Amino acid sequence: MTDNIIDIRLHGRGGQGVMTSSYLIAEAALLEDKHVHAFPTFGPERSGAPIAAFARISDEKFYMKTEVYEPDVVVVQDPSLLSQIDVTAGLQEGGLVLINTNNPNKEDVQAVKQKRPDAKFATVDASKIAAEEIGLSVTNTAILGALCKVTDNKIIKLNVLEKAIKNRFKGKGAIAEKNIKAINRSYAEVMM
Amino acid sequence: MSKIAVTGDDAIAQAAKLVNPDVVAAYPITPQTIIVERFSDFVADGEVDTEFVCVESEHSAMSACIGASTAGGRVFTSSASAGLMLMYEIIQIASSSRTPIVCAVANRAISGPINIHGEQTDQLLFRDSGWISQFAETNQEAYDQTIMAFKIGEHPEVLLPVAVGIDGFILSHAIEGIEPVTKDSVYNFLGGERKSTLRLDPDNPVSIGLLHLQDYYMEARAQVRDAQQRSKQVIIDTFNEWKNLTGRQYNPVESYKMDDAEYAFVTMGSGAGNARTAIDELRAKGEKVGLIKVRVYRPWFGEEFSNLTKNVKGVITVERAHSFGSPGGILGQDVKSTLFDAKQTPYVAEYCYGLGGRDCLVKEWVEIYNRSKQSFSEGKSLPYFWWGVRE
Repeated sequence: MTDNIIDIRLHGRGGQGVMTSSYLIAEAALLEDKHVHAFPTFGPERSGAPIAAFARISDEKFYMKTEVYEPDVVVVQDPSLLSQIDVTAGLQEGGLVLINTNNPNKEDVQAVKQKRPDAKFATVDASKIAAEEIGLSVTNTAILGALCKVTDNKIIKLNVLEKAIKNRFKGKGAIAEKNIKAINRSYAEVMM
Repeated sequence: MSKIAVTGDDAIAQAAKLVNPDVVAAYPITPQTIIVERFSDFVADGEVDTEFVCVESEHSAMSACIGASTAGGRVFTSSASAGLMLMYEIIQIASSSRTPIVCAVANRAISGPINIHGEQTDQLLFRDSGWISQFAETNQEAYDQTIMAFKIGEHPEVLLPVAVGIDGFILSHAIEGIEPVTKDSVYNFLGGERKSTLRLDPDNPVSIGLLHLQDYYMEARAQVRDAQQRSKQVIIDTFNEWKNLTGRQYNPVESYKMDDAEYAFVTMGSGAGNARTAIDELRAKGEKVGLIKVRVYRPWFGEEFSNLTKNVKGVITVERAHSFGSPGGILGQDVKSTLFDAKQTPYVAEYCYGLGGRDCLVKEWVEIYNRSKQSFSEGKSLPYFWWGVRE
């Protein structure tokens, strides 16, 4: 992070919509006239392969165009990654980690917490919410409501995220409404 | 208009949509794919009048583009890396046939080993082909330069194809906010439909692309040479017209904090953003460093370049491209040649960086500066150096 820039790194697997998560964050931030640069990094496109995506946001214009190595916020969309990659690599001192899990007491979640006692952790069962509200186990939108909550709506606001979702899923029937329900649930259900 | 959120690829597709080309023939390749996908959506949804030619290869894509352009059409395509190389033979025919095709390039590393990430060597491979070659730093620039490319290429004093490059992923797949323009303003900016004086017309038959042997080949090549030179003024005029329309100022060679600079970074494309950030940090510590960003690589604007380097002590070229066995970088050779011609003798340090999409962080740009300045202050230029390679 430099000055007023917020750096977010998202971890997931190919097919889980990690790229879309980073895009939605950027699209919501742009609706508030913030400055953004958000993109994914991946190898040959493969379903299930670990993927990272980045979103860099600032109230002021910035020129930097790099991947995010020292994130302020890490979002883990796929809990199985916790034991496979170092999701807290480079995390800022006192940074925030938001994890999609159905069990915050699970060993792999606890292991990450122990590794970074300085960090703030939040968990939400985004997979369950996505399955129930959207009918798919794609957590890319569902987890973003929780992100709004645990960052006190300072990075993106829940109502602005709703608008970004409406824009993105325009003309796609009930999908926008389902996703909006999902983000509202994850906003309400996330645990710090 | 308020800003819209688009990836670099999407920005180019949106720009092409406003241009509403007569024909698009393209073949998808990462990281250019979204351009073609988005544009085919526009065609399917009836948002453009374009005939989209689905082809089986890039070689055919460029061939179809040339056919459409020689028939008088306004033509757009897009490719990257291996796609451009499969197109390479026909790329030469596009310029020699004087077809003002616009090709967006999502710059990608060259195989092998195979790699899909950002690098500009692919576009520099057809440096010598007669194409006008430009690079963009941001999605806004990609959008604007794509539209302007049609006006530049189609100008009767030019009639050359134009490539606009964006770094793979770092721009092609990155969301940024851009200020859009309207379809009407683009239509007026381009002066309506393409006006082609030399085209295949059954009522006024001409031949294009015939055999030229010892008798006329050199004259045909010289015409491309001259068109490249004439395009310089057209590029400057077009950039000025764009400024009048949008307020956004473009120059073939851009400068940042160069007024009192003792040292200058020289680069192209998205890396300029990291250079600016490094320069801001260095300036805060009292370092007199600036940036020269080459937006238009061919034709080369040597005079504009050497006007910026008149008073500098050291030039640091940093390029996301390479040429094996060369006496330096690709851009670096242009820079050194320009300094020589202008009888300027600053110290020079040349760097190759970021091949295959490898990041070069702002702190690394600062390190590159410190390393170079150290040598310059000892009275020495530096040999060509590949930054960040593990030995």
